[in-house]
Amino acid sequence: MDLNTASFKDISQAVKSKKASALEVTQHFLKRAKSLDSKLNSFITFNDKAEDEAKALDARIAKGEDVGVMAGVPFGIKDMFCTRGLKTTAASKILENFVPPYDATVVERLRKAGITVLGKLNQDEFAMGSSNENSHFGPVKNPWNVQYVPGGSSGGSAAAQAARLAAGTVGTDTGGSIRQPASFCGIVGVKPTYGRVSRYGIVAFASSLDQAGPMVSCVEDAATTLEVICGRDERDQTTSDHDVPKFSQNLKEDLKGMRVGLVKEYMTEKGLHADVQKTLDSAIETLKKRGAEIVEVSISLTNQAVPMYYLIAASEASSNLARYDGVKYGYRTNIESLGSMALDDFYCRTRGEGFGKEVKRRIVLGTYCLSSGYYDAFYNKAGQVRRLLRDQYSEAFKKCDVILSPVTTSPAFKIGDRISDPLAMYLNDIFTVSTNLAGLPGMSVPFGMSKEGLPIGVQLTASHFEEQKMLNVGYSLEQASSVKWKVANV
Amino acid sequence: MIDTKAIEHIAKLARLYVTEQEAAEFSKQLSGVVDHFKQIAQVETKGIEPLITPTDMKAYWREDKAKKEFTAEEMVSNAPQRTGNLFTVPPVV
Amino acid sequence: MSNPTIIAPKTYRGYEAVIGLEIHAQLKTQSKMFCADSTTFDAGDNENTSPVSVAMPGTLPAVNAHAIEFAIKAGLALGCEIRKKSVFARKNYFYPDLPKGYQISQYDQPICEHGKISFKVEDYDKTVRIERAHMEEDAGKSNHHGEYTLLNYNRAGVPLLEIVSGPDMRTPQEAAEYARTIRQVLIYLDVCDGNLEEGSLRCDCNISVRKIGAEKFGTRTETKNVNSFRFVEKAIEFEIERQIDAIEAGERIIQETRLWDPDKNRTISMRSKEDAQDYRYFPEPDLLPVIVTAEMIEKYRKDLPELPIARAQRFMSANGLPEYDALVLTTEKDLADFYEITAKISGNFKAASNWVMTEVLRELKQAEKEIKDSPIRPEQLGKLIALIDNNTISGKIAKTVFQEMWQSGKDPEVIVKEKGLVQITDTGAIEKIIQEVIAANAQQVADYRGGRTKLFGFFVGAVMKASKGQANPDLVNQILTEKLKG
Repeated sequence: MDLNTASFKDISQAVKSKKASALEVTQHFLKRAKSLDSKLNSFITFNDKAEDEAKALDARIAKGEDVGVMAGVPFGIKDMFCTRGLKTTAASKILENFVPPYDATVVERLRKAGITVLGKLNQDEFAMGSSNENSHFGPVKNPWNVQYVPGGSSGGSAAAQAARLAAGTVGTDTGGSIRQPASFCGIVGVKPTYGRVSRYGIVAFASSLDQAGPMVSCVEDAATTLEVICGRDERDQTTSDHDVPKFSQNLKEDLKGMRVGLVKEYMTEKGLHADVQKTLDSAIETLKKRGAEIVEVSISLTNQAVPMYYLIAASEASSNLARYDGVKYGYRTNIESLGSMALDDFYCRTRGEGFGKEVKRRIVLGTYCLSSGYYDAFYNKAGQVRRLLRDQYSEAFKKCDVILSPVTTSPAFKIGDRISDPLAMYLNDIFTVSTNLAGLPGMSVPFGMSKEGLPIGVQLTASHFEEQKMLNVGYSLEQASSVKWKVANV
Repeated sequence: MIDTKAIEHIAKLARLYVTEQEAAEFSKQLSGVVDHFKQIAQVETKGIEPLITPTDMKAYWREDKAKKEFTAEEMVSNAPQRTGNLFTVPPVV
Repeated sequence: MSNPTIIAPKTYRGYEAVIGLEIHAQLKTQSKMFCADSTTFDAGDNENTSPVSVAMPGTLPAVNAHAIEFAIKAGLALGCEIRKKSVFARKNYFYPDLPKGYQISQYDQPICEHGKISFKVEDYDKTVRIERAHMEEDAGKSNHHGEYTLLNYNRAGVPLLEIVSGPDMRTPQEAAEYARTIRQVLIYLDVCDGNLEEGSLRCDCNISVRKIGAEKFGTRTETKNVNSFRFVEKAIEFEIERQIDAIEAGERIIQETRLWDPDKNRTISMRSKEDAQDYRYFPEPDLLPVIVTAEMIEKYRKDLPELPIARAQRFMSANGLPEYDALVLTTEKDLADFYEITAKISGNFKAASNWVMTEVLRELKQAEKEIKDSPIRPEQLGKLIALIDNNTISGKIAKTVFQEMWQSGKDPEVIVKEKGLVQITDTGAIEKIIQEVIAANAQQVADYRGGRTKLFGFFVGAVMKASKGQANPDLVNQILTEKLKG
């Protein structure tokens, strides 16, 4: 079995039938990750219990126990997910030594399905960023060209997966943080419908936008992961009890009857990189060949999506990050004696020193938008427009089943290129934020390469709970793709 | 336009120490961002209820049963400073 | 809310006091408002906590169904409208006892609104509006130690119902009675145990003054740490005078939070609300709105026990009790229940009321017991009264039997039988005893017949002694009077 191209089903079948041991599989990835990661900086923490976990799994298999559909699959976990007994930092100084006594529900479910945890993956601090240049632990490099960003905020997940340092990874997506890095690094990334996957135990960025999802090498692996992590969690009352189909068993290439929508307002987007346009056009051709019908739809509020997103996300984040105060856990400013510092001073210094600049910027922005005198015009207004945006998608999905679009305006950019102009960085998210605002499922499938050899993905979006349709179109594209399962050579 | 004084006031509300330089930088950058937000103001939204949770779903509530899944020791294990099983902070006036 | 015309029964040096109360009641749920931690009062430091209540990263609130039920019941009992859709909101501020840096509360869409409650103050009736009642979570507890502060989050997350009155009270007494009434209702519903010292019920007093006849309200202050009804009166009294003094001296009243200092008998300034806190309320994105159906509300309405005022009214109209009795008996639900069973079994409302109010309450007080721990069951007391009413024993003997019942918990009939206390009602037997007493006290008989009518008591005493207290007193009086006539 070539572990560079083995799917979850391949690995778990091999491990369950004892053709390979979970231990050897885990050791393969651990060795690979440890030797290559210095070039990418995609890991923050390695799990020194990974081999023990694998051994325990092998022991259970030897006893004939039922060990789950992802038995023996080594995973990298974005450092936004709490992992019991394993440092969880959200790539921030303010959590640099935090060891949670609990697992996020997603981690719990993946473990139950049989994964071993290789380690915690780097990211933009508190998931705020689109380039993974905002990490307290240093930037992550794109494995296709280490001068370039891997994308963000799930840059570590994307880079590690593209270089096959792990068999699978999970990331989080608030405004595109799974799909954009997946596109920049040439892997498959899926953001499920809001409410499909529990947010319990995932460091909160923006509560009404965050969702966790797989960042993996193929659509089938993404589907397998979704089967495991989706489903209501009583600890998260914003999860839905909508039933979870066996996504991986219903993937098909034939798209007869499938209506694929193209958003009119995206087509007029100037500044689309030529290679991105080429990749998109090629995807449209492929879909037509597979039997899909191409239709035009309109989302006229497209231009309001980015400001709406940043406003809402920053506002919710400013409140979610208030708990990082040096009292219960995490970083605390240096004080000689407790009695010598006023309380407010203590808070200001702890948070001022513990948070990176982008995080501070967003907290200030969010606090402003919620503050007295501005709430109505900003947060409340954005919420109203958000409902209208969702309504526009509902209308669009009467005409089509899945929407096809670029993921970003360009392939990966060079490290340092865009970091000094936040607004320019924010405007990159034009194609991804609407999905989170409307709560829709979205995914990125690798479909092309730029002339410089950097991956380009295409994005698919479906209506609420219609992941199967989206996965089918993705699968269909993947099977026809020239870059299917390309592993980056680090 | 969010001037540096406003930035400092907001930073105080958010208990965030910002340097003078950061305040000036944020003032410039966020003024631009907030300007950009004005596009939202132009959309007609009379009578529209804000959307908070973007997926429609039915609310469900927890049964009133007490559970103990952690010890006090585990809960304070990450405390920057503690006294026994109590979190310790500078004096609250 | 439009302001009804409220006539102040008392004014202060030409000023009128305007008082509103915010009462925080801890709801008697097993687990906290938003997580499954236990709510027991006396757990070890931070033993009743979990990642949610300590606000660890990634934790989320999960609403307690029982808390919603309690909130609705309380709202119904206070005459409120129950909102079919209410929303949780975040109240953002920094304080060590607030682990998340925000409190989950309710802001512009609270679950209960527009109610009212009536009660008696001294000799008049008063009605106070309940503007709203909403659900929120309690904060942790800080222990200040000079150079540092210690935090215990056991209390963080306990469900609270915040009940906000209209600015309808005009005297400290009205405020104290209002608070007592709210407490009584909540205890009746069994949604709160109303313990002010332990903090399961907290009163914050909002006070302002204005010249009599003024239309606008004055600037108000909020006074906290008022943990008894007596303090409610004293703190308000102090604050009224303080504000008037300040105004008369040409000072401006600062809108602020003050603390009642029970040792110094005054309020002290706590933090200035001048730089008024900007709480940046917004709807809680981790929770869906609370949707309540008409069916649910009806079910809870049917479940409500008879409330104290209605019960007192019934005791007056159906049982013929005087107002005083009715009010005393309904101060606590357990006491009213005790009385009703006693009355039912005995068939004698007035006697039941007397026995409960005098004998039972006295014994309870002496033994420092609650009515629910009374060694005498109301059925037994009822039977005791019935024994008097059917002349089996005299009222005097009954008191002895009562004492015995209290000590042993035995039924009255059993005690009467065991001790041979059955009343002598056989006129023949009584006559015989009287004859013997008369025969043995010839001198006194002569004196009595000679005009010393006060000696009658002597003869009654002698007859009762001879009969070991069991002769029916009325018959004794009757026959003795007859026989002494001569």
